[in-house]
Amino acid sequence: MKITVADVEHVARLARLELTAAEKELFAGQMGSILGYVDTLKSVDTDGVVPTSHAVPMENAFREDVVRPSIGVEKALANAPNRSGSFYAVPKVIE
Amino acid sequence: MNIFDMTIHELHGALKARTLSSVEATTALLTRITAVEPQIGSFITVTAEVALAAAAAADRRIAAGECDLLTGIPLAIKDIFLTEGIRTTCGSRILDSFIPPYSATSWEKLRERGAVLLGKLNQDEFAMGSSNESSAFGPTRNPWDVTRIPGGSSGGSAAAVAARQAIATLGTDTGGSIRQPASHCGCVGLKPTYGRVSRYGVIAYASSLDQVGPLTRDVTDCAAMMGAVAGYDAKDSTSVDTPVPDYCATLKDGVRGLKIGLPKEYFIAGLDAEVQKTMDEAIETYRRLGAEFVDVSLPHTEYAVATYYLIAAAEASSNLARYDGVRFGHRAAAADGLLDMYTKSRSEGFGSEVKRRIMIGTYALSSGYYDAYYVKAQKVRTLIMNDFISAFADVDLMLTPVAATPAFKIGEKADDPLLMYLSDLFTIPVNLAGTCALSLPAGFSATGLPIGMQLIGKPFGEATILRAGYAFEQATEWHQRKAEI
Repeated sequence: MKITVADVEHVARLARLELTAAEKELFAGQMGSILGYVDTLKSVDTDGVVPTSHAVPMENAFREDVVRPSIGVEKALANAPNRSGSFYAVPKVIE
Repeated sequence: MNIFDMTIHELHGALKARTLSSVEATTALLTRITAVEPQIGSFITVTAEVALAAAAAADRRIAAGECDLLTGIPLAIKDIFLTEGIRTTCGSRILDSFIPPYSATSWEKLRERGAVLLGKLNQDEFAMGSSNESSAFGPTRNPWDVTRIPGGSSGGSAAAVAARQAIATLGTDTGGSIRQPASHCGCVGLKPTYGRVSRYGVIAYASSLDQVGPLTRDVTDCAAMMGAVAGYDAKDSTSVDTPVPDYCATLKDGVRGLKIGLPKEYFIAGLDAEVQKTMDEAIETYRRLGAEFVDVSLPHTEYAVATYYLIAAAEASSNLARYDGVRFGHRAAAADGLLDMYTKSRSEGFGSEVKRRIMIGTYALSSGYYDAYYVKAQKVRTLIMNDFISAFADVDLMLTPVAATPAFKIGEKADDPLLMYLSDLFTIPVNLAGTCALSLPAGFSATGLPIGMQLIGKPFGEATILRAGYAFEQATEWHQRKAEI
């Protein structure tokens, strides 16, 4: 399967990754061979087969809607690369 | 006998008899870690102070008459498990200085019973790999031959047991990440049924496949660790609320009358001759013990690797979207606006294999390819699961190799991701089917490398494979060999 550098750039944009020129070349080749390999699945007859998202059949897990203690602001913000008061600080979103 | 050579049950006996304290045992293990770590590289973080404090607390519990099987036992866990207040990296630069605000349920259960944490173990970055070469903190080496890989992604968990740097360890298995390193390092490793052990606080790779399990020196220890971590957890809505059997109680029930399936798709032409010979001898041992063998077929085996790499990569691309530099983890210093900050933080923080799997997963989920790749893989997964259901109608368990060859050389497959992916051929189908499997020592190559065998159980059939593993272990001496290090 042929994956071009333009394909790689498109997918990288979707995945929020910035790749070097060398990485783009490398990934185009490697993704091509990996996707070529997974194309073997096309030969499997799956007409009428239900897709499996989960190996153990289970219903939705519900719990009582009651307030419980949480980890709190300080603990939640302890790993923040940047904070402002009780908020995470990020670069300006709207100019 | 060296303290660091002991099993859980041996050390427990000494602690209970008060011939040894947990502080003495923990000190012996910490000394051992310091001595062999330069050659092995099993650890990312050694928690000596935390360990000695926990050991002292365990000794107080023991003095007060509370000596649970795990009280005072020095363990280590893969760096994928969140540990409150202790750095947790998942083998990635992006979490280089991450200090979790809470702990994984599986570790919490061991800690509550008095287990001592020696440290956090090396692994492939985000558990993506079969060799531990993708760790951002350097590779782990196989204690049986330091020029070879220990297997992955729980390579540090297996190497630490083999090098006697911990009495037992915890790992995770998404496509073979407990069983393949256990096989390559000559220890026992159990991948439980999906839903049997809580995934709460385990950094997610592929959520529909990830499971937590123990790596130990023998099957008795494996049953003990499994009993300690198994069970329903309200914090993991995919954990299953069925009673946990007493795995230790049925270990000695033997294999007489058990029907063991041999799936023909696992005994292929490409199988290493020494691996084949080891399996033949294991079959002979089980026959002698009174088990019966039945030929079975898992016809969709050849599609498992392709199915796995689509599903796992797709789930990974979604799970790893959280690493954006906003709330925790690495944030790029120089960024031009929010989107650029996300992109640069991720690109600087992730290693090559992680980027590759995110790219494949993103591609498989992207508009125009979703049905052709992702949904197709989910349908083939159904066929693979059905293969197991059909085979298990006739047998109690199945016996297969864990890997087609013993441990390969460091660097041997590093440049060819597809070749690396194919090394998980015999372990991946179990994750797709969601069932359980045990890897245990079954022999050695002529050059002295361990060869493991895999016992695959029915869903929630851990007790049966542990019992079969125990019977084999009693009849052989492979598990008693120690890596010379």
